[in-house]
Amino acid sequence: MSSSVTSPEITFHPEHSDNTKVIWRTFWILSILTIAELSIGIGIYTIHKGENPSETLVLAFKGMVCILTLAKAYYIVSVFMHLGDELRNMIMTIIVPLCLFVWFITAFLLDGNSWRNLRNKFNRTDVNKTEQVAPAVKEKGAKD
Amino acid sequence: MATAAIQQGTKWWSGGRSPFNASYGKIMMWYFLMSDAFTFGAFLISYGTIRFSQNYWVDPNHVFNSFPFAGHTNLPLAFVSLMTFILIASSVTMVLAVHEGHKMNRLGVEKYMLWTILGGICFLSCQAWEWTHLLTGQHEVLVNGQIQYWNTTVAHNPFGPEVMFNGKEVATPGPIAFGSYFFEITGFHGFHVLSGVIINIIMYLKTRMKHFELRGHYEMIEKAGLYWHFVDLVWVFVFLCFYLI
Repeated sequence: MSSSVTSPEITFHPEHSDNTKVIWRTFWILSILTIAELSIGIGIYTIHKGENPSETLVLAFKGMVCILTLAKAYYIVSVFMHLGDELRNMIMTIIVPLCLFVWFITAFLLDGNSWRNLRNKFNRTDVNKTEQVAPAVKEKGAKD
Repeated sequence: MATAAIQQGTKWWSGGRSPFNASYGKIMMWYFLMSDAFTFGAFLISYGTIRFSQNYWVDPNHVFNSFPFAGHTNLPLAFVSLMTFILIASSVTMVLAVHEGHKMNRLGVEKYMLWTILGGICFLSCQAWEWTHLLTGQHEVLVNGQIQYWNTTVAHNPFGPEVMFNGKEVATPGPIAFGSYFFEITGFHGFHVLSGVIINIIMYLKTRMKHFELRGHYEMIEKAGLYWHFVDLVWVFVFLCFYLI
């Protein structure tokens, strides 16, 4: 026996299954993904502690964590928030505007990166000072 | 009836029925959550921009390595994984409450709403502990050739690059943006959790007072649930940006 909003404007009711199997399956998927993320996090930590931290390896691990996070987001939105059960048009009005994030993230991170490159290129005097007089001025270089 | 409606739904909308065959409240909740996603996205992306513009950034495993009652034991990621699991678990109890609502089982809704509220309160307590720990924990920093003791605030970051001083490694001041972004974003998220807990308490009381039973449906629980899952969703990304990478 299931209940739904009764209104003449609503003619479609998503099917609600009577068992909670899907919910628990999603819970286990989310837990496993989180554990995978944590083990990668520990992996990054051990690489940083090691003698010669490999930048590429750290970057690859960070990329993997990002993909796992997107997978978690997909399961939360489609199963827990039941967006997967709605009509396709409604799903699209939510998902399509979020595509702006692709440009948003790319543009701003590239902007930040360009700032770093410009600073490093034109603040050479600061860099040299830092190298010569060690601790005292190092603080200035790190703070700005 | 359902199949006929789907066929109808594929044609152009011409009024007289809900365009997405969903109630007004639910659609608007989705659009609110979408705009909120942009707010959080803007915060996290501006954090990323500042982080990309620095030559040095803080190693999260070095900052978040403590656990309540564990003293100075080095436990990177342990406490934040506890917080993550608390939030995932409370998301599951929320979706179970919505499920009981579909079955019109009032006592089931009440039970799972209480578990969800408990999860939210646990998460907030964890965050309170973590903030207190950061704001009060003193760390050795080398400032102008002298050792000082700093805590992590919006103006101080004692987790900068390490240099040799008097024969041992000492941290120098790090980028101050770290504290500002950390407290801003986790604070804004914590405020969402707080309002989610308050909404859930109101929903629990309304369930107890049989408001939804008389109305004939538990759609309000679904809408509160959407908000609660969104809070969990945002935490997934905060967890990624501050603790993992």
